[in-house]
Amino acid sequence: MSVIIILLLASISVAALFLVAFLWSVKTGQYDDEMSPPMRMLLDSVPAKESTDPAKVESL
Amino acid sequence: MPDIAVSQTSVVQCFHCGEDCDEKIIVAHEKKFCCEGCKMVFEILNKTGMCDYYTISDNPGTNQRIKIREDKFAFLDDQKIQNALLSFTNDSETHVNFYLPQMHCSSCLWLLENLHRLNEHVIGSKVNFERKEADIVFDHRKVSMREVAELLTSIGYEPYISFKDLKQQRPSLNMSKIYKLGVAGFCFANIMLFSFPEYLGIDSQELFLQGTFRYMNVILSLPVFFYSSSEFYISAWKSLRHRFLNIDAPIFLAVVVAFGRSLFEVFSGTGAGYFDSMTGIVFFMLIGRVLQDKTYQQLSFERDYTAYFPIAVTRIKNDQSESVALPDIVLDDTLLIHHQELIPADGILTRGKALIDYSFVTGESVPVEKEMGEIVYAGGKQIGSNIELLVIKEVAQSYLTKLWNRSEFQRDKNDDERSFVHLLSRYFTWILFAIALSAAIYWWVIDPTKIGHVVTSVLIVACPCSLLLSNTYTNGNILRRLGRNQFYLRNAQTIEDIANINYIVFDKTGTLTTGRYQDINYEGEILSDSIKRKIAVLASHSTHPMSKAITIWAKQSDSKNLQVVDFNEIPGKGIEGTVEGEHLKLGSAFFVNKTEQGGVLDSAVFVSVNGTVLGRFSFRNHYRAQVPKIMKRLRKLGYPISILSGDNAGEKEYLENLLGKDTPILFHQRPEDKLEAIKMIQASGKKVMMVGDGLNDAGALKQADVGIAITENTATFTPASDVILEASMLPRFHQFLHLCKANKVLVWTAFIVSILYNIVGESFAVSGHLSPMVAAILMPASSLTILLISFGASNLLSWKMGLK
Repeated sequence: MSVIIILLLASISVAALFLVAFLWSVKTGQYDDEMSPPMRMLLDSVPAKESTDPAKVESL
Repeated sequence: MPDIAVSQTSVVQCFHCGEDCDEKIIVAHEKKFCCEGCKMVFEILNKTGMCDYYTISDNPGTNQRIKIREDKFAFLDDQKIQNALLSFTNDSETHVNFYLPQMHCSSCLWLLENLHRLNEHVIGSKVNFERKEADIVFDHRKVSMREVAELLTSIGYEPYISFKDLKQQRPSLNMSKIYKLGVAGFCFANIMLFSFPEYLGIDSQELFLQGTFRYMNVILSLPVFFYSSSEFYISAWKSLRHRFLNIDAPIFLAVVVAFGRSLFEVFSGTGAGYFDSMTGIVFFMLIGRVLQDKTYQQLSFERDYTAYFPIAVTRIKNDQSESVALPDIVLDDTLLIHHQELIPADGILTRGKALIDYSFVTGESVPVEKEMGEIVYAGGKQIGSNIELLVIKEVAQSYLTKLWNRSEFQRDKNDDERSFVHLLSRYFTWILFAIALSAAIYWWVIDPTKIGHVVTSVLIVACPCSLLLSNTYTNGNILRRLGRNQFYLRNAQTIEDIANINYIVFDKTGTLTTGRYQDINYEGEILSDSIKRKIAVLASHSTHPMSKAITIWAKQSDSKNLQVVDFNEIPGKGIEGTVEGEHLKLGSAFFVNKTEQGGVLDSAVFVSVNGTVLGRFSFRNHYRAQVPKIMKRLRKLGYPISILSGDNAGEKEYLENLLGKDTPILFHQRPEDKLEAIKMIQASGKKVMMVGDGLNDAGALKQADVGIAITENTATFTPASDVILEASMLPRFHQFLHLCKANKVLVWTAFIVSILYNIVGESFAVSGHLSPMVAAILMPASSLTILLISFGASNLLSWKMGLK
């Protein structure tokens, strides 16, 4: 019986992990612009110089 | 005509912008370009090895025929303006966000994110394609903001910087509903899982497990009750404070009752409660709300004149020109206005000859000529040479901007409380209370211990959530359908407002007509080819738009190089000159010595050769091709139509033919007049829809029950409105109205179906047999049916209409 409790806790923590992942993705603005990422991934680009990500600075 | 056939065979597309090279073709690097501007962009990219731009999509550029003034961005050197625009700065880098309306394809994205290859001091850039914005990071010690703007302009992406950018930052997206939805979804799914033992029955030996599951459900329901549902509590509380009962109030009641009873059952050990139903309904209702609140990020429904005005203009002080931000313009400043630049404040013309295009702000179709000493009103665009103005009114006080100080612009329509859904939910709530009361009385007689159980069951099962679901899902789907057809609604309430409209008012200039060309009509003696040729040559010497139209009309295929001698242009009157010994005059009746007034048309040009008047040209705005059809259809649907025009009465007859004599058509309407006219119609009990395009319609659009702004291109400025419609979709206008009307029927249908489910659920509840399992089956079944009805029916309808 106790194995069911363990399974229960395991399943809910996995689900909670996904919830946190979802909330994090919304918070970091991954749903703000749904058009450019699919285009961007198809383009070959020369990597830009290391810079602070504009999106990150704004959320600071 | 044979000369057309010749040109058809040789249509060449510009390598950069893909437009037809109609005048002369520029060949460079084995590529063909339509203009110098396009070629220059190509050369810049070619030099830095960035021609990938052209391989990602075909002809990705935008046309560069209109040259941009060299010191246009000089105002960006001003520290104050810079500070207003930048979003972040430290001692080594600056972040700025530019709106780039030309952005349209993946090539644009690639090029704009590779700006650092064009200029090494640009550190990086990130594009938000939906908003057509680019966040650019640059090293301000090496490159100035002005140079960044000029770099963007040189590759064909001119930043659009308006007066509005000076005032406030764009509000960030509100994602709180999404968070709430995520939490509700997580809790709902897990509660469903833990409730399965209850549905299927559990072994009596494992009662401990049953208890564990129940307490887990209690814990999981807490975030839904306290966090996810707060959406409904807040809205219910707000409306109650306005002494109004909206649909969220009975929903709040149902959620609280369900939660309270479930807690009681679990802690008293009498049952499992209705956590599954409660969290499920909150989850589905939140989905509906999120769907309905779909916003168009690239559009703004709130723009006022500040988004149309430039951020700064050139001021002349002590013979030196300097940039000055708009709010800093004071009385008696002298402003220098360049070609194609906007006049920001009312002033007196002190130097140069003004030819001002007011079509967007007043609706006058023909540019107005102004002499020195005359007053020039803000909002017009100068065409031609530079002019100087002495400011007599500050920007916020000028003739045009005064409109926004009126009280109509201060109040907001209350969007939450108009919907028929609230009224319906109120009736629904009363009926529900009646059922609960009669059930309570019945059970009081039979078995008083069951009263609490029955009454709470009734309230849980029959909450008007099905009504809310049918409403939000149908609204959401129709919003997206209309949006796909370039008919963008501000919010879901607008659908209902459109359905209730019974009077339509159109603006003329820019709405029914297009500004692109004018139709020209010649009356009088037949002109021989040689005379026509001479007229064309004479007219080509003037930059006035009427002269340009005549040039195109009279142009002959075998144009010889004729010389004009003694060319003379008298502003506001006409032009004259001698061509091959014949003295030609083009201009007003008075100018060509015609005493008798041929007609009242303001826009008529007479032509005379050697003193004898041959005939006259009359100009008519070019009406959109589908206008007569649309008008006919709308009249057939029973909408009375009016036209309010800021233009002169020159086209009264044409419009009367189009709409019938009984249609009210008003001319010379100033922005305030339009607003008052709408008020008058509303006073007679009509619900008015205003369709307009320019700043002059802004008052009327705001006052009307539904304001629709028409635009050729959604990236350009549109005045504040409820709907933005792309002009090319105007022929489908009546279908959009139809779809909005169908919305109400669909909501009703879905609602009635859900009532049937309710009756089944109620019968269980009243008889005291509502088990969690019945509730758990009924709830998703009814939600699913509603979903199918609202999506299926609205999709079928729009498919039948041939909408996308």
